[in-house]
Parts: sequence; structure tokens; C-alpha cells
Amino acid sequence: MNLTLDVVNKGSTSIVSLEGEVDAYTAPELKETLLPLMRKNGLEVEVNLEKVSYMDSTGLGIFISALKASKEYNSKLRLVKLNDRVYRLFEITGLNKVINIDSTVRGGF
Amino acid sequence: MEPFDFIEIKVPAKSDYIGVIRLSTSGIANRMGFSIEEIEDLKVAISEAVTNATTHAYERQEEGEVTVGFGLYHDRLEVMVADHGGSFDLSKVKAVIGPYESTEPIENLREGGFGLFLIEALMDKVEINNDYGVIVLMTKYLHENEVGLDDNQISTTQ
Repeated sequence: MNLTLDVVNKGSTSIVSLEGEVDAYTAPELKETLLPLMRKNGLEVEVNLEKVSYMDSTGLGIFISALKASKEYNSKLRLVKLNDRVYRLFEITGLNKVINIDSTVRGGF
Repeated sequence: MEPFDFIEIKVPAKSDYIGVIRLSTSGIANRMGFSIEEIEDLKVAISEAVTNATTHAYERQEEGEVTVGFGLYHDRLEVMVADHGGSFDLSKVKAVIGPYESTEPIENLREGGFGLFLIEALMDKVEINNDYGVIVLMTKYLHENEVGLDDNQISTTQ
């Protein structure tokens, strides 16, 4: 019931890989990792959610904050490899229309 | 009164224990025969309600408890999440609960984000009462697998 974060920097891209559950307990750690990256001008941040087994609105809230920061600091946010369950939350809330989600490579459950 | 089994879980009003409620939810829903998809819906909806309850406690700087009550009926699961420590009586709580639309203070909940919206989307029925703390009552019906051939277990989100 924890969340593990791994950040790899490749030039102008940062890849943040998440593993585990994103809820109100683990969300602060994700926020503390993701938001400073979003505040780096021009940085492309790719968040890999392939190994996220659970996420709720707390996670959605963080990605909304990240998106807002990306507009402010001219960085880019992209979510990749979402499993069907996680993607469904973005779909229900309509956030899949405002957040850049790579739906071509969708992770399994 | 219709027969049901009742399970009550009380945890400190801290986000640390939301995962514990989620595991319990998963076990209860599995026991009742809900599908994997439905169990995932229940996990999100109940976590959202517990998250709201822990947030309320935090805002009031209280070290309270969150009580989650599961009413297991033959055709449905009723889940109550209350942000006060006291135990509650299922029929008593149901007697004072009303449709959420008519209740003014819900505006405060909505500002919290997508939590309540997701609860509504994922559960069959949602009622909220604000008289004694906040109590959320959620219902999800068991859908018997009548036909195996055309059941829609395959996700259509692709």
C-alpha cells in the first residue's frame, strides 16, 4: 500500500515512474517530486503509470496541479501507460481532454 | 426489516489507514460476489469518502476517528462513512439521510475536487447527511451474471 517513485533525467526530458498506490496517504510524496520538475522551464515530464495499481481523486488533483504548473513554467506534462482502471478515472472526470495522455501504449491491469 | 449482515470498521482519521479500509472493502465485496470491475469501483468510491472524512478531521485539527459501516444485503452493499467517532445505527442513520442535491453544505465538499463526483459516478446511489458531522451513505447493487455470453466484463475504454 505504498508508492515508489523513480526519476530518470534524459536531457530535456524527465521520466517519473510510479509503482504502487496513489491515494491521500501517498499523494504528498508524488506532489513533492512532480511539482518541482514542472517548475523547470522547458522540461518535458513524462509520468509512467504502468505499475500504478490504484489511484483516486487525490492523484487526479496532483496531475491538475502539475498541468497548471506546466502552463506557468512552460514545461510539458505527459502521462503514459495508464491501465484501464486508472484511465477510466480521467475519462469519467473529463480530464483526459485537458491532460496529455498517451493512450496508444496502454499498460495492462 | 430486511435481513443483512453488518460490519463496522473504525480507524483513526488519518490518511495512513485509507488503504486498510480499501483492503477490507475488497474482501467484503469479493465475499458478496461483485465483479473485479465493481470491486475496483467500490474501492475508489469508499476511499474518496474516507479521504473526505480524514480531511474534515484534519481541518478541524481533531484526532478523531472515521467509522465505516458495511451493510451486506442479498442484492446490494450499503456503505456508510462517518467522520465522527461514534458508532451508528444503520436504520437510524438511514431515517435522517436525504438526497444530496437538497443539502446546502455539499458545496463545501465539491470544492475538494473530484471526490464526490467520482463517488456518484461509481456507485448506484449516494446520500449525504450533515447533521452530525458528515455521513455518506453509498449503495451498489449486485448484478447477477444472468448470461455468460453477452456479459460486458470486457472493458470498453480502449
